[in-house]
Amino acid sequence: MLRYIALKVGRALFVVWAAFTLTFVLLFVLPANPVDLLFDPAEINTVPPEVREQVAANYGFNKPVSLQYLDRLGHALVGDFGNSVQSGRPVTTAILGVLPSTLVLAAGALVLALLIAFVIALVATATRHTWVRNLVEALPSAAVSVPVFLSGILILQVFSFRLGWFPAFGDDGLASLVLPLITLAIPVAGPIAQLLVRSFGTEFHSGYVTTSWAKGATRGRIIIGDVFRNASLPALTIAGITFGNLIAGSVITETVFARRGIGRMTQNAINTLDVPLVQGIVVLVAVSFALINLIVDLIYPLLDPRLRATLAAPGAPAA
Amino acid sequence: MTTELDTLAPPRPSATIRSATATGRRVTARAALRRVGELAQQPTLVIAWAIVLVVIGWAIAPSLFTSYGPYDGDPAASFAPPSAEHWFGTDRLGRDLFARSVYGARTTLTATLLAILIAFGVGTLIGLIAGFAKGTVDTAIMRVIDVFLAIPGLLLAMVVVSVLGYSTHNIALAVGISSIASFARVMRAEVFTVLTQDYVKAAYGLGVSRLGVLARHVVPNSLSSVIALAALEVGAAVLAVASLGFLGYGAPPPQPEWGLLVAEGRDYVAVHPWTSILPGAALAVVVIAAHRISTSFRKGQRR
Repeated sequence: MLRYIALKVGRALFVVWAAFTLTFVLLFVLPANPVDLLFDPAEINTVPPEVREQVAANYGFNKPVSLQYLDRLGHALVGDFGNSVQSGRPVTTAILGVLPSTLVLAAGALVLALLIAFVIALVATATRHTWVRNLVEALPSAAVSVPVFLSGILILQVFSFRLGWFPAFGDDGLASLVLPLITLAIPVAGPIAQLLVRSFGTEFHSGYVTTSWAKGATRGRIIIGDVFRNASLPALTIAGITFGNLIAGSVITETVFARRGIGRMTQNAINTLDVPLVQGIVVLVAVSFALINLIVDLIYPLLDPRLRATLAAPGAPAA
Repeated sequence: MTTELDTLAPPRPSATIRSATATGRRVTARAALRRVGELAQQPTLVIAWAIVLVVIGWAIAPSLFTSYGPYDGDPAASFAPPSAEHWFGTDRLGRDLFARSVYGARTTLTATLLAILIAFGVGTLIGLIAGFAKGTVDTAIMRVIDVFLAIPGLLLAMVVVSVLGYSTHNIALAVGISSIASFARVMRAEVFTVLTQDYVKAAYGLGVSRLGVLARHVVPNSLSSVIALAALEVGAAVLAVASLGFLGYGAPPPQPEWGLLVAEGRDYVAVHPWTSILPGAALAVVVIAAHRISTSFRKGQRR
């Protein structure tokens, strides 16, 4: 068991380190002249060479690549990714400033997505009408097929411009959170619902359900009492995918609704080629992803006794 | 020789496809006929194929589908609502939005095709090497793949595009690179499964070399899953390409591109909703159709 934990922690640390190195190579080594990236492309020709040299010295671009790398890695280890080119503020401060806004959006969207996914899976399993099942089972693949920017614009059009129920833009108060929340929940719910529909279906036709039927249980009793618990657990295995969908979705959602947050900051950072900020964001995302997968890997054996037995057995494969 | 060994293999999930490729053309033809028969019983699948074929037609010969040009503006007819004359209405400059969607298919679909080819080619090769070499090579490759999986595709694609510069080709490259990891993983898992099959052991027993086994058995038998994944990824790749176009990383404005069309209409959506919603709906319909077709592939494979 201890070996299993050590292995998983080691992998998580490796992923974070490698994500840092990958972004360093992509953003600081590959561009022919990284100093150019630090200036506004429109003004690049008006920058005097002395200023360029000074900026290069400030960012350490005149030092050998290996020294730059070690210097940046050392600082990154204590949470220092340098200063944002655009605002001049430390990258970490800039990220922490907008993080709460995205966390609220993402957490709310996740809860809503889980609700939608469970309702879809329960209805698909509980219904006796084939056409209802077919219809409900088609919803998840529609949810992942409609581009987030389109559903955002549609929702904006209907609930804000036509009905006037919610404000269209900005980020003040709960009312402005509703529409982005729904927009982001749709693509996140899709894959979860697909997985749940499948696992509810499998569990519903398993042996212990037959036993319950034989003992005289009703359809509702079986679904809630037997199937629900066993079929929900696999949803944890796509926590990583769900996280990725939340991040990608928030980039588009925050852009459509002009909300403050990590997604919009990422887009701005890419647009203005704010290299230190981009690296900070990518590493933050990789850290979160590694952490989420680590937590899932560690709690899954606690929730699934079968897996715990395999791990406890001597000489069990630890992967 | 190989055909006999293949039929010795125990029935696997994709046994139908496999035996069809092994026992010759006559069976494949009959299977194809049967598939057409099955197709007729699935109306949604027929519609999905029809949509995809029409859109491929848009990309190949756009002028057959619309009499307007993608850049022909008529300032007098700006923001005309959808009508028999302008199916999707017109935009700020009076350009026909249906024509722009039709011409935009080429940009978006070419980028998608390119992205899938990159991901399929590189991903399959990496997965094959990892699965066949096993041991340290496999572990090293898979740890690198883990890193690519840890960064969400859109974010990775944005970073790659920012380094390469904004253009539709770079979007294709970026989307392709960000999808390599999933292809590599599926291919590796398939190679592992194939290597445990009896016909592989039999081939080794008959003295076939490692490379011979790789070329004759491992590659052909593990590809079907990866091809099914490619079909599934088409929809996701169209979405990724359009999303990056929407964010403004693709073709510059006068060009028609699906994501960009939606972005251009966004400013007027409050008053003239069709400008953004109709091109976007066309895009969504194509992705839904692509998903429908890819699920039929996966089901066919499971049988």
